[in-house]
Amino acid sequence: MGSRFGTFHESYAQDMAVFRTRGDWGVLFAFLVFLSVCPLFFSDRVLTIMTMTGIAVISVHGLNILTGYCGQISMGHAGFMAVGGYTSAILCAKLGWPFWAALPCGALAAGIAGLIFGLPSLKIKGFYLIMATIAAQFIIIWTIIQLRSTTGGTDGLSVPRPAIGSIVLSSKTNYFYLVMAFTCLATLLAKNIVRTRAGRAFIAIRDNDLAAEVMGISLWSYKLQAFFIGCVYAGVAGSLLVHYFAFASTDQFPFMDSVWYLGMLIVGGMGNTTGAIFGAVALKLLDELVTMVGPILSAAVAPQAAASLALISHGLIIIIFLIFEPRGLHHRWEMIKAYFRLWPFSHEE
Amino acid sequence: MTFFLQLVVTGFALGMIYALIAIGFVIILKCSEAFNIAQGHFVLIGGYLGYTFLVTLSLPIWAALGLAIATAVVMGLLIERLTLRPLVGQPILATIMVTIALATILGGLATLIWGAEYKAYHGLLPTITLKVGAISIPSESLIGLIVSTATVVILMLFFRYTKIGLAMRATAEDLQVVQSVGIKATTVYAVSWVISSVVGVIGGILLGGVSGANMELAEVGLKAFAVVLLGGVNSIGGAIVGGIILGMLENVAAGYLDPLLPGGGLAKVFPFFVMIIVLIFRPYGLFGLVRIERI
Repeated sequence: MGSRFGTFHESYAQDMAVFRTRGDWGVLFAFLVFLSVCPLFFSDRVLTIMTMTGIAVISVHGLNILTGYCGQISMGHAGFMAVGGYTSAILCAKLGWPFWAALPCGALAAGIAGLIFGLPSLKIKGFYLIMATIAAQFIIIWTIIQLRSTTGGTDGLSVPRPAIGSIVLSSKTNYFYLVMAFTCLATLLAKNIVRTRAGRAFIAIRDNDLAAEVMGISLWSYKLQAFFIGCVYAGVAGSLLVHYFAFASTDQFPFMDSVWYLGMLIVGGMGNTTGAIFGAVALKLLDELVTMVGPILSAAVAPQAAASLALISHGLIIIIFLIFEPRGLHHRWEMIKAYFRLWPFSHEE
Repeated sequence: MTFFLQLVVTGFALGMIYALIAIGFVIILKCSEAFNIAQGHFVLIGGYLGYTFLVTLSLPIWAALGLAIATAVVMGLLIERLTLRPLVGQPILATIMVTIALATILGGLATLIWGAEYKAYHGLLPTITLKVGAISIPSESLIGLIVSTATVVILMLFFRYTKIGLAMRATAEDLQVVQSVGIKATTVYAVSWVISSVVGVIGGILLGGVSGANMELAEVGLKAFAVVLLGGVNSIGGAIVGGIILGMLENVAAGYLDPLLPGGGLAKVFPFFVMIIVLIFRPYGLFGLVRIERI
């Protein structure tokens, strides 16, 4: 399914490959080339948007593994990002660690926070789990504010710029490459994690956790694994975000971000690596549209129109997708591809 | 001791308002199995409606309450028909996300109409101060207590004696049986949304009378979740008991612990600690049904 006619897979490895044909490899190569020449053609503003989108993609990949594949809905993803971001920020700013050592530690700390707040998931699911993760978000942010001496509380924390050897990644271009490298790596990992034994166990748990347990899948182990992996992704994203701004503040991880990450998943299509990318890109583009249209609207209607436009447009887009396109952009994209592949026929066989 | 009793009494009145808001949540959950995250935003809209009717239009309290309820009825009907009805039977995440989206839209509308500003109408409600020994009960708390108790009693009577109320309770028991005896489930859904938006708006006006209307009113919704988790998500009695317990606990904890903690603001996170503890040790709350699952 999905390949051009006349594509035959002769071995299992060929059948399971992510990139199956030369065409697939060509598209991948073209995309990587495109990414690497972006800074030559685009302004700093566009690069910033792409960097932020890349960070969102990493975060949404984590949420996709946790929610899309394992079915454990988390509405505290920004909180876990905050754990990762603050851990690496503190290690860099207070202990003088290099960025490369601090980032994995941040990711690990976020993963451990995920394990702790994932514990209730062994007993509860659905709405109850959402509440537990919302609680996680608020408790994490509150704790960060309370630990004023280490985290700087509400004042925030200045973080030194990351550096590779002697090259300090201070320009937008440098950081763009860094984030894109992480995004590509995260995507590759996410795509492959869900194809492993653990990934199949996640899907079984999502579809019916009782049945999965009867089949011998350890819910205890795999639910916590999903939380750990999802939150490690969040930690990496949080760390990249904090180092990008060279400043850590609890305002960078608001509760509504946790909601929008779920929204991205819904808009893109849940339980699909491509969907996570589609969703993150689509909602970030919507954000940009709102930032562009907002001031015009504010001038024309009322000063608060820009702020309300952001809220209303996000809410509407999610409602529209839930009602009219519940399988997300990814599904629509597959349908479009299938249409052109099969033309002039309407379906296969 | 006086300080403690004072905290308990004001906490009790606050808890009754929480209970009122939580009841709106429980009614929707029981009737249509939808978790209404937007409950807090009904409260927000209520708070601002109270400002519009009491201050901008300077109407008497009964007219303001009547108009606010009428607005809430329209809001509830529109929300149910436009967003929730197409999603009947969809997975739980869909209904939750749609109510979250609703919450942001309501927040956006409040920003657009009222400018997300702090609007005080403190002191516009009639002042009755009651003194019991050394404890004084502020008039806002007293009015909150009276109105929310009255609303709860009206709801109890509604569910016991009216036809639609009985239909709603039956729907909560078993949807298929209800449909087979000719009760329209869609009517029941619509009425449940209307009721919860009305109680949310009433709660909003009461809270607005205590602390003024601002965007933070929506956070009361999160407290209502802690209340329903504590009381058990499908029990109206549980919502009342849970609301009172949480209101008192929160007030006492904030009164004693806030001076000790540097950042303060314990009242804001307190419900979440309650939530986590309840979820870990007693996930179905005090009076909730323990669900037995089958494959």
